[in-house]
Amino acid sequence: MAQQLRPSKPADKQPKIDWSRRQEAENFAETVKLFRQGKIDHDSFRRYRLQHGAYGTRMTDDYAMVRIKVPAGQIYPPQLEKIAQLSEMYSIGSAHFSTRENIQLHWVILEDVSEIMQSLADVGMTSREACGNTVRNVMCSPLSGVCKDEIFDATPYALAIARFMLRNPICQGLPRKFKFNFTCCEKHGMIRIVDVGLLPQIQEIDGEKRKGFKIFLGGGLGNRSFVGHQLEDFTPVEDLLYTSMAVIRIFDRMGDRKNLSRNRMRYLVNEMGWEKFQNLVLKERAIVKATQSVIVKLNIDDAINEIQRPISVTDESTSIPDGYARWQKTNVEKQSQSGFNSVFIGLEAGDITANQLRSVAEIIRDYSAEGFARNGFSQNIVIRYVHDDDLVSLYSKLLETGLAKSGSLTMASAVGCSGTTSCNLALTNSHRLAKEVQRKFLELNFDEDDDLKDSTIKISGCPNSCGQHQIATIGFYGGGGRHEANMFPNYTMSLGGKFDEDAMLGHHTARVPVKRIIPVILKIIELFKENKQPDDTLAKWIDRVVKGNESSKITGVEDIKKEIAPLIAPPKIEDEPDFYMDYGSDTNYHTVTGKGECAA
Amino acid sequence: MIDSDIPVINSKILREKIQENSIRIVDVRRDQEYQQGHITNAVNLPLAKLLADDSPESIQKIAQDLGISDDTPAVIYDDTFGALSSRVVWALQYIGHKDVKLLDVTFSQWKELGYEISTEVPEIETATHSVKINSEIMATAEYLEKVKENKNVVIIDNRERLNYLEQHIPGAINIPYRTLSTDGKILRTKEGMKNLLKNRGISEDAEIITYCGSVGTLSGLAYYALKSIGVPNVKLYVHSFKEWKSLEKPIDKQENANYWDLSAE
Ligand code: HEM
Ligand code: SF4
Repeated sequence: MAQQLRPSKPADKQPKIDWSRRQEAENFAETVKLFRQGKIDHDSFRRYRLQHGAYGTRMTDDYAMVRIKVPAGQIYPPQLEKIAQLSEMYSIGSAHFSTRENIQLHWVILEDVSEIMQSLADVGMTSREACGNTVRNVMCSPLSGVCKDEIFDATPYALAIARFMLRNPICQGLPRKFKFNFTCCEKHGMIRIVDVGLLPQIQEIDGEKRKGFKIFLGGGLGNRSFVGHQLEDFTPVEDLLYTSMAVIRIFDRMGDRKNLSRNRMRYLVNEMGWEKFQNLVLKERAIVKATQSVIVKLNIDDAINEIQRPISVTDESTSIPDGYARWQKTNVEKQSQSGFNSVFIGLEAGDITANQLRSVAEIIRDYSAEGFARNGFSQNIVIRYVHDDDLVSLYSKLLETGLAKSGSLTMASAVGCSGTTSCNLALTNSHRLAKEVQRKFLELNFDEDDDLKDSTIKISGCPNSCGQHQIATIGFYGGGGRHEANMFPNYTMSLGGKFDEDAMLGHHTARVPVKRIIPVILKIIELFKENKQPDDTLAKWIDRVVKGNESSKITGVEDIKKEIAPLIAPPKIEDEPDFYMDYGSDTNYHTVTGKGECAA
Repeated sequence: MIDSDIPVINSKILREKIQENSIRIVDVRRDQEYQQGHITNAVNLPLAKLLADDSPESIQKIAQDLGISDDTPAVIYDDTFGALSSRVVWALQYIGHKDVKLLDVTFSQWKELGYEISTEVPEIETATHSVKINSEIMATAEYLEKVKENKNVVIIDNRERLNYLEQHIPGAINIPYRTLSTDGKILRTKEGMKNLLKNRGISEDAEIITYCGSVGTLSGLAYYALKSIGVPNVKLYVHSFKEWKSLEKPIDKQENANYWDLSAE
């Protein structure tokens, strides 16, 4: 009784919000022309380009990286198909899922960017204000709406804020970039490492249950990182917009516009002191409220999404493919809606081919009862509302397209920024390193080890933290080392970073040559296994170690340093030439960087 | 057969003409695929056969065996986004055939349109065909090297972006072959194609030379994409980058970046 017919596929779910503005594509094409003719100077052009979501590319003026915004991470099948096509036409045949729910196309010829913008408009997407000194993509936890620990679904609020800020005149010339993150619960969002982080809350006021948020301000990662502060006990949803406007206005007025490396809002908070800043925000909010001549309101669309299980054909006799149990354990999260699951699709450092994108679009249509997907924030994709009975079949589909990697929800899915594959500031190939670490972890079946499950590995190619290394259990950022006359890629390792309710930045522990990173990670895991308590996880153990609270043979970071010292000593170049080469390169390492654009 | 000089034919028009049986339709897929079904009245020329020997004499013989005389209108199609058929159209034009056109859809797209297919193999009467080499449309390595610095010459590399970044003919610009098609057709709309050139600052009056990896298929498609909007002076560097490398001619690359590691392949 192989085939059982169900009602045929429903029509594609259409995106609720059109973020595009077609005119911007033509303007962009015109502006590129003027720039090439020398009629617009370099700096003005760069500002304009970044405002429209196009970054520069490593060592060249001819190419751009286009960052496509996906507000709240909500992405629809026709959008994925369009991006697949664009990646083949104008990029490298692969697209990249970032850590902030954006999708990026690399090595795009600057003159082609406008064509991409045109096509994005066909599917309601934009790259506007994805880079530059703007409100960047508004993030929302990929599990918002389905998380077992959430109080209410923040998605409509995230979308409303994104809508309010996009192209809003007050966001066009901020001192620096500005980030909002919404979450479902403490565990699944990164609310303490952004300018504004929001956690849903419900409070009873005068016997009435009121929706609102805990708001965290002034966090952020970078060359210097800070953890955000909670503004007040409870901010009702009616005050969400006023509070956001107040914070942006203060930042706009008082933020440092001169000192490029210290102009994120977190520096302002740090210099002024939290209490003063907090008072300022509360006062400003009162003014914003009082001086409104017209009531400005967020456009909240909290119509319930239609949930309809779409499978048209399911093969009930399918035998369970090899690897299913492992995949299911490490990639699937049960939802608060009984019978439904959220499936995490792991990508190597966020990369996905055009054909795989097309398969994902098909899989969403066939398996997701909500008809769209969410970008995650570990360079992954989450397909939600998959029925229990459809998991095996979905897994088989993923196997066919090479997307069935296990370990998405575990330490095995290492994050890596773009590094020397495209970034102008990169010192090392952090992107490839993340792939190497992931492959090793999967080879060793580490994804199945419950002791490692709640730990993370994140890698940046320079101190700028795009790979979010400071919030990783084991984090790395790239640099150069020298032994005798020769240079080699040398990463700084930090331990014990966390982004949950006791968010903490990792401790710089040692400098580790690139070709020793895997051995060093394995050594740390070995030390943990030897010294752990019965119910320990690696993350808990490392937390005690970095705080000096561990009472085994390893009492602190110094002991870890001692243990790994023999591994990290540089060999002679004649004995091990490979040590002096970065991953993905067959020549001796040297650092080359171009002009950075993070501040522009 | 068609009034314009543009060597591309609309599928709807071909469909109307099939029954007249005055056009030689050539399917350039493999024999086996052809046998399973082809456009009604089409004959088969597996591309490999042409590539095995693409001397003018060999092309002449192929044309004659397919019943194509100097005056026989011919239409070529494939199922490989038009790249293989382009190469065959170009070969026939190269030996001086005047009335040969590229079908604007692939076999799959033809089927999706619901147009007629058949498994019947038409009888072929051999014909005679002359050879009048049309050297205007061909670029050799020597020629390319000679003119590549000229201001009015544009060299277009039609391989995928990563291959181009890794190595290309100095001065060439990259338009990956995927850029040339639209949904449901092997070529962009005229407006889309003109816009692409305009954005890239390529003048339609330039002398444009296209090349790709090895045998001039992807660049053949680019050749006809340019012809489809009436660009007058286009040449195909038919032996492409493979020959260029084997002749040890100069090569450029994008330095200091590990772009391959961004690919999910
Ligand atoms: C001094 C310069 C820069 C700083 C301080 C910086 C900082 C950051 C930080 C902290 C993140 C983490 C995002 C988060 O979770 O909040 C990030 C993300 C990212 N950055 Fe940078 N960045 C800089 C320059 C660049 C450059 C030049 C590139 C390459 C063109 C780049 C590419 C990325 C990418 C791909 C992400 C992933 C997340 C996203 O979609 O926004 N960054 N950056
Ligand atoms: S961390 Fe450094 S190398 Fe990585 S993307 Fe950011 S600026 Fe580039």
